[in-house]
Amino acid sequence: MGRVRVMVLWGNGINCEMETAHAFKLGGADEVDLVHFWELIYGEKSLDHYHILALPGGFLDGDDLGAAKAAANRFRYARVLTTGERLRDQLDRFIRDGKLVLGICNGFQLMVKLGLLPALNGDYDTQTVTLTFNDSGRFEDRWVYLHVNQESPCVFTRGLERLYLPVRHGEGKFFCTDERVLRGMFEGGQVVVRYIHPESGRPTMEYPWNPNGSLEAIAGICDPTGRLMGLMPHPEAYHHRTNHPRWTRESLPEEGEGVIIFRNAVNFAKENLL
Amino acid sequence: MVHRIEVGFHGGVRDSHGEKICRRISEHLGLPVKRVETIEVYTVEGDLTFQEAQEAARLLFTDPVTQRFSVNEPLADGFDWLLEVGFLPGVTDNVGKTAKETLETYLGRPLGEGAGVYTSKQYLIWGDLLREDVERIAKDLLANTLIQRFEIRSKDQWVMGERIQPKVPKVTQVSPEMVEEIDLEIPDHALMALSQKRVLVLDLEEMKAIQNYLRDPDVLQRRANVGLGKKITDVEIEAIAQTWSEHCKHKIFNAVIEYTDENGNRETIRGLFDTFVKATTREVRKRLGERDWCLSVFSDNAGVIRFNDHWSLVFKVETHNTPSALEPYGGALTGIVGVNRDPFGTGKGAKLIFNTDVFCFAPPDYSKPLPPRLLHPRRIFQGVREGVEHGGNKSGIPTVNGSIVFDERYLGKPLVYCGTGGILPAEIRGEPGHFKRARAGDLIVMTGGRIGKDGIHGATFSSEELHEGSPATAVQIGDPITQKKMTDFLLLARDQGLYNAITDNGAGGLSSSVGEMAKDSGGCELHLERAPLKYQGLAPWEILLSEAQERMTLAVPPEKIDLFMALARKMGVEATVLGEFTDSGYFHVLYRGRTVAYLDMEFLHEGVPRMHLEARWKPPRHQDPDFPCPEDLGSVLKELLGRLNICSKESVVRQYDHEVQAGSVVKPMTGAFNDGPSDAAVLRPLLDSMEGVVVAHGICPRYGDIDTHAMAGCAVDEALRNFLCVGGSLEGIGGLDNFCWPDPVQSEKTPDGHYKLAQLVRANKALYEVCVTYRIPLISGKDSMKNDYKVGDIKISIPPTLLFSVVGRIPDVREAVTMDAKRPGDLVYVLGVTRAELGASEYLASRGFVGNSVPRVRAEEFIGYYRLLEKAMRLGLVASCHDCSDGGLGVALAETAFAGGLGIEARLDRAIMEDISRDDYLLFSESQGRFVITVAPENRSAFERTLEGAPLALVGQVIAEPELRLWGMDGSLILREKIDELREAWKRPLAGF
Repeated sequence: MGRVRVMVLWGNGINCEMETAHAFKLGGADEVDLVHFWELIYGEKSLDHYHILALPGGFLDGDDLGAAKAAANRFRYARVLTTGERLRDQLDRFIRDGKLVLGICNGFQLMVKLGLLPALNGDYDTQTVTLTFNDSGRFEDRWVYLHVNQESPCVFTRGLERLYLPVRHGEGKFFCTDERVLRGMFEGGQVVVRYIHPESGRPTMEYPWNPNGSLEAIAGICDPTGRLMGLMPHPEAYHHRTNHPRWTRESLPEEGEGVIIFRNAVNFAKENLL
Repeated sequence: MVHRIEVGFHGGVRDSHGEKICRRISEHLGLPVKRVETIEVYTVEGDLTFQEAQEAARLLFTDPVTQRFSVNEPLADGFDWLLEVGFLPGVTDNVGKTAKETLETYLGRPLGEGAGVYTSKQYLIWGDLLREDVERIAKDLLANTLIQRFEIRSKDQWVMGERIQPKVPKVTQVSPEMVEEIDLEIPDHALMALSQKRVLVLDLEEMKAIQNYLRDPDVLQRRANVGLGKKITDVEIEAIAQTWSEHCKHKIFNAVIEYTDENGNRETIRGLFDTFVKATTREVRKRLGERDWCLSVFSDNAGVIRFNDHWSLVFKVETHNTPSALEPYGGALTGIVGVNRDPFGTGKGAKLIFNTDVFCFAPPDYSKPLPPRLLHPRRIFQGVREGVEHGGNKSGIPTVNGSIVFDERYLGKPLVYCGTGGILPAEIRGEPGHFKRARAGDLIVMTGGRIGKDGIHGATFSSEELHEGSPATAVQIGDPITQKKMTDFLLLARDQGLYNAITDNGAGGLSSSVGEMAKDSGGCELHLERAPLKYQGLAPWEILLSEAQERMTLAVPPEKIDLFMALARKMGVEATVLGEFTDSGYFHVLYRGRTVAYLDMEFLHEGVPRMHLEARWKPPRHQDPDFPCPEDLGSVLKELLGRLNICSKESVVRQYDHEVQAGSVVKPMTGAFNDGPSDAAVLRPLLDSMEGVVVAHGICPRYGDIDTHAMAGCAVDEALRNFLCVGGSLEGIGGLDNFCWPDPVQSEKTPDGHYKLAQLVRANKALYEVCVTYRIPLISGKDSMKNDYKVGDIKISIPPTLLFSVVGRIPDVREAVTMDAKRPGDLVYVLGVTRAELGASEYLASRGFVGNSVPRVRAEEFIGYYRLLEKAMRLGLVASCHDCSDGGLGVALAETAFAGGLGIEARLDRAIMEDISRDDYLLFSESQGRFVITVAPENRSAFERTLEGAPLALVGQVIAEPELRLWGMDGSLILREKIDELREAWKRPLAGF
């Protein structure tokens, strides 16, 4: 039996790498490596070695040109010094090989700005949607209720119906101006998680349940294959019951439900990529 | 070639930043503005063709979904007024820096010598405004003219073609790259004039000490050997001034003080620091004996205590008051990233795990005229909040604990306390993690940011009051991402054993960091021309003194330097060898091969003359309250819940990431609706372990209006109560004292110096008494002694303020307790005695009184039952626990109820009390040592048994009906309020921040 190998990217302002790696370990990954941007650039590490790429939350380059924008540019234009290969080409090969990519918060922003999501019609290079400034005009840290689309091909959310997770961002408003893109995403089951009102259980535009004013209350999406997923809420920040804001007053299982997302990914890799 | 790239939103896309500015203009300035739109401007100077600029604008700077761009022509159109705000030369422009890097990566080539990208922001304003109004918007809201410039265009000007021309804010002001020699053989008045002119902030005795040093024939002989004469160089006198500043040397805390109490008893105190602060720790450690958990105290940038066998805890709290007064955003941002470097520069370097922040401001609704040079408190509040947000969030460090205190006397100087905790391996490559030592022969290496003219004279400038001439160069803007990249790199270098010692560059810059480290080896040789500069034109003394941010200084052994530099290069961190540590006994600085400073290490560090001061205590006498008990106590409770010092700070808390690193256990807001006020923070720094860190604090400056002895004791007690409320363990705790005082040195400027110094003495006495009794060793602290404002005849002094922070352990985080009522039927207890201690309470303040009966800490009495409470927590007998502080029992009961979404009924006549004669006093007395506790009925007997002997009273129960019902002294119902209304009163006041 082979080993499931996960690369958790870090550096240049990423700051959730430790807990993302921890969540993958809890999810059963055999090997979880923290790989710094420079290790890719200097050719010391390569995506080819891994089955799952995790792009954690943080403030890539301070989000100075807009969330993850500068890092997306780097991914697009930087080359591996030893081979001259573009990082972008390495990433394309990773995707073509049917491997998994999970982007959380800043990582989701990065995926969207690279064009990896929603990648309608298999175009992984053109940005068609965005994550922009919250309607409130503020960074906010609060927990949100999410509905999970069970019709989605997304491999990360299999078996999940609802989730309760924290969001922590200033630029998390999902936005798209092209009706066809939006329709395509819905038709392909690519809208994976949506913000809901806790009472009605239905997608909502009402603040603070929809914390940022996301179009159609979209909190996370996947590509047409379901192997690439990005979401604004942080599943890795709910890996133990004591992470839950009301754990002292509710009875909860020891493991946080965010871990399921990571376990699903590892299981998929075990079944399909080894 | 200069190009101007503008990026704005497409029509139909919401500009939430513009909307926010629009709201602030109408709410805060009362101007009739209808709409605001924003445009980002990048001014690019460098080798770039127009076509390249076009492509770059499209690909790199514009979001294709929401934004549009233009190059060398304006996007703006249709507005009534246009306002553009950009930086002044030399001010840190983080976005510009990232833009330049991105551009170069894209082009695959550098932009050329002297090239740069400079950002500015355009605000398009719609509304019926006059030019003066727009100027006000610029000056009072959007631009700080200390660091920013602005330009205004009216619609008419624009139509006539008056565009905004590209501006390249390069530093062109060049200091001569030479060293000045200063003759100190001058009369006393000239010495003082010199001190003033150069912002040395040295007094006559200190100037004369330097003069004397240069008269020593031995010294002169040695100077001659390195080519220096009997005049002092500007590099030397500046280095001495920084090293000897109040900020660095804590001269007041080390002064000999003659203290006279109210009965005329005299006492000579040989240094408050030795006599009280250090003595506390000495005494506690002695009493702890083998259990002593202190590892490194008062010797490094932060205190270190034991966490478990493998890890140590590091904690430091700093203040950044004066810079925040002038430029709140930059000041607070620099405050937080600055204090990050303290634990990071402690021992071999700690990984940072939490931030704390405590602010003291004047009320945001302040409506009287503002004295010159001061910013409106609301603007300070917003700027500071935003600075801490950017500093903490972007660094990936959760902001877990804090508070905001309001008092009009913080108008002249706001207090901005920033704290950072870290975790350090107990052992790194065979040496204790908290151990560091620069050895002779080690190379002096500076990493991180470059040196500019920013922050020059920060240490001396914060050692005097804010006045007309306070230098703007002391203001800076931090760059959290440059720092994050550096700390990422240094933690790897640490674990590979690539350096022997590390310290941060804060106040005093290289002069302090190298000077401090050189104490270990016994000297240094530093070559200033090797230091990387942001731009040319710095005089040698400026290079030495610059407080440019994001820099650490390291001692790297020569055999490790290649590995160290290679790793730095790969990780995109600048590192430069500036010289080496020696054992020459001299602080030796060279510039282009020529000696520019040669100072005896002993003189530099120990040569400052000791101050002799006088303190006289005379207790103030305030009017006693003389009003009857109000009829409607429910309304009074709501009024108190809405007072600025009590009300919810949720809007601020939520703008800080308090959960990054994913170890959050007790968050700042808690309860049924995630909106109740937690007493303290609990976090799990090691994700595969259940051991937790507990962080709490206490601060109560109002009590100092009656007696600072009570104020300091209460701050310690409040911090410990908060800590105990969540389940913290008394074993393993550490305390940090941060004093912020008005100038306590008697002088013409400060005619009440004797009294203010007596206040300081009394606070120190209480700190010692309470901490020793509670067995809290002081592990670190700081004092900031010149928190006054003086321009013309107006003088504003802050109230003496002590922030007491505690950090410690909880053995298993699953034992943590939150403050919200949990279930109907749970029993409600009051632990502790309620006394007639209304002096300086929020309640009396709301009635216009100070009073005299200030709350007192009865440490011996309290600690006995604190231990029992901790035991009950360990046994899992407590459902909720909440500290009684501002607003007393009334507020604590209300918060417990509404945080749980449940009601409470309680017979307060059953609470244990002394000398209480009125229901309002019973409800709102701020006696210390008290808690509101709820317990599940099945745990009743075990809980009461565990607390046997404690002043514990069962007063009522939690009920399902959402009401607070309280019975008073004579057994009658005195208060009945819906919890939704109480919550609303508590949440409303600061909801908009």
